[in-house]
Amino acid sequence: MNNVMKKKRLGGFIRSREITLVFLIIFLVLVVSTRYGKFLSPDNIGDIVMDSSILIIMTIAQMGVILIGGIDLSIASNMALTSYLVAQLHVINPGLPASVLILSALFLGMIFGLFNGILVALGNIPPVIATLGTISIYRGLTYFISQGEWISAHQMTSEFKYITKTHFLGLPALIWYMTAVSLVFYIFYSHIRTGREFYSVGGNADAAGYVGVSLKKIQILAFSISGALAGLGGLFYISKYAIAQTDTALGYEFKTISACVIGGVSLSGGVGTIPGVILGALFIGIVNNALPVINLSPFYQMALLGAIILVAVIYNKLADDRNQKFISRKREF
Amino acid sequence: MNQIKLFIGEMVKKWEFYLFLFFCLIVIFFSTVSPYFLDYFNLMNALFSFMERGIVALPVILVILSGEIDVSLASIIALSSMSMGLGAEAGAPVFVIILLGLITGIAAGFINGIIITRLDIPAIAVTIGTMSLFRGISNAVLGAEAITSYPAEFKWIGNATVGNTLIPLPFVVFVILASFVGVLLHKTKFGRSIFVIGNNRDVATFSGIRTRNIKLLVFMMTGLFCGIAAVFLTSRIASTRPNIAIGWELEIITSVVLGGIAITGGKGHIGGVLIAIFLLGYLKFGLGLLNVQGKIVIIFVGFLLILAIWLPERLRTYQESRKYRKVTTT
Repeated sequence: MNNVMKKKRLGGFIRSREITLVFLIIFLVLVVSTRYGKFLSPDNIGDIVMDSSILIIMTIAQMGVILIGGIDLSIASNMALTSYLVAQLHVINPGLPASVLILSALFLGMIFGLFNGILVALGNIPPVIATLGTISIYRGLTYFISQGEWISAHQMTSEFKYITKTHFLGLPALIWYMTAVSLVFYIFYSHIRTGREFYSVGGNADAAGYVGVSLKKIQILAFSISGALAGLGGLFYISKYAIAQTDTALGYEFKTISACVIGGVSLSGGVGTIPGVILGALFIGIVNNALPVINLSPFYQMALLGAIILVAVIYNKLADDRNQKFISRKREF
Repeated sequence: MNQIKLFIGEMVKKWEFYLFLFFCLIVIFFSTVSPYFLDYFNLMNALFSFMERGIVALPVILVILSGEIDVSLASIIALSSMSMGLGAEAGAPVFVIILLGLITGIAAGFINGIIITRLDIPAIAVTIGTMSLFRGISNAVLGAEAITSYPAEFKWIGNATVGNTLIPLPFVVFVILASFVGVLLHKTKFGRSIFVIGNNRDVATFSGIRTRNIKLLVFMMTGLFCGIAAVFLTSRIASTRPNIAIGWELEIITSVVLGGIAITGGKGHIGGVLIAIFLLGYLKFGLGLLNVQGKIVIIFVGFLLILAIWLPERLRTYQESRKYRKVTTT
């Protein structure tokens, strides 16, 4: 009996999305490193993780909204707007410590996320449409405030640029921030009541309502979290690339959505884990990093991203159908 | 007298009435602040810039009515334009170039439709993927270059006017297509079944409507209309650029929902969308006359999209609450 249980648990573990992804990533890395030996060097791996860190944070931001059955298309525009405002704050007052900048990025981002949440929860506007509107509102505001001008490296103090790059215990700060965000949200989504309520709302909003989960509260919370993390990601983005402008993080909404679907998050809501989306984001980071190695021009990146989204969405659907069949067959017995 | 009262009473309940009022306000506002707005030549010339979007909005009415969404519109236009560019570079005659654009559009719509209907995946998931895929393919083929080697006859199409008048050819095509879609939607069995699908898909299936085939057709039609828009656009700007039609999905979807098509599907009339297309087009034109930059104009469009969904719902709940009050008092 015990043996059977163990076997079952092992089977479930192997079939789980995370393990499949780990093998897929190992396979991908091995294939690429046959073409380019240095791909597996510690330096390059460090670069990949560093490059993927912002994407991982943003994917975690996107995941919460998708979990409740929504989607946040305005995530990249929020990054651009918040980061430009914070950069301006920094230019006006260069003495502000990093902690104040990080807090103001979180706060400003949260405000813009809250606006999305209010539109969805109180205005009854479908998330796709609300955030399609705020994509252009936030991006347009960025342009309005900046008048198309850049805040470039020489206007930033080295302290500002080192927000992401200072080393702590041998690792860049950005990786520590990413780890902290991942840990906090891993605990939130798997062990905290409110986090579990995200799954119930996404799985069946009516049922969740009957057991006392407030749909509107969760919607506002999900968009606020997404916004706050977008602000944080935006600050890290401009600190890492040392430039703040209207086109900051253009196209990031697609990257985060594809990382989510690769990581096993269902776009109809209610399914997804933090380890899954971290691996999904890492997968995209590795693919982007590998493109020049296998001689594909960066112009292919967008098409590849689209193909990845489609394949992952179809794969998720087929896997889901198989599970449903499995469950109904079990019921018959 | 009573009849007039009844007529007015019916009117103020209609979303189209408010839309038309808003349109008049915009015209009055811009013609007072700018002497160039109410100019026959300018008004006709402005049509060139938004009729292409108007053409794409027509099938999107059907998509949204059937309870789906398509965010890959602008990317289909980019893909169509790219294939026309490849045809032009190979020295194909004008009608072959046009045919290439239309077929590419239909094929792209078919890909969307077949994945959505056969695998039963939400349209938003699929079209977000194809939005990135279609534009990505076009970017991969174009690189950083633009294709400009179009024959002179081809460049004529998008800038042509009818006869000796100033009426643009795209406008005439739009009127023909709009009448076609209007009749299809409101006078045929096909149109009625789209309303049924949008209201309740299960009911539609059980009453013998071929839900999947109709949806597939609607997505292919969207592809075809994107192809038509791509022909006019590519011809008008005489080039295929990597950023062609970028951000158009926002404006197109805005004009459809602003026109009173319920985003949840199953409710709406083409008339409202026609007003909304001109409202949005001339609003942008007017803001342009006042030297407001395009990147700032999209802030207005974004707000309009949100207002367009929020307001009708408020109106509906207000009317319903009044209805209940009437019932309780009598």
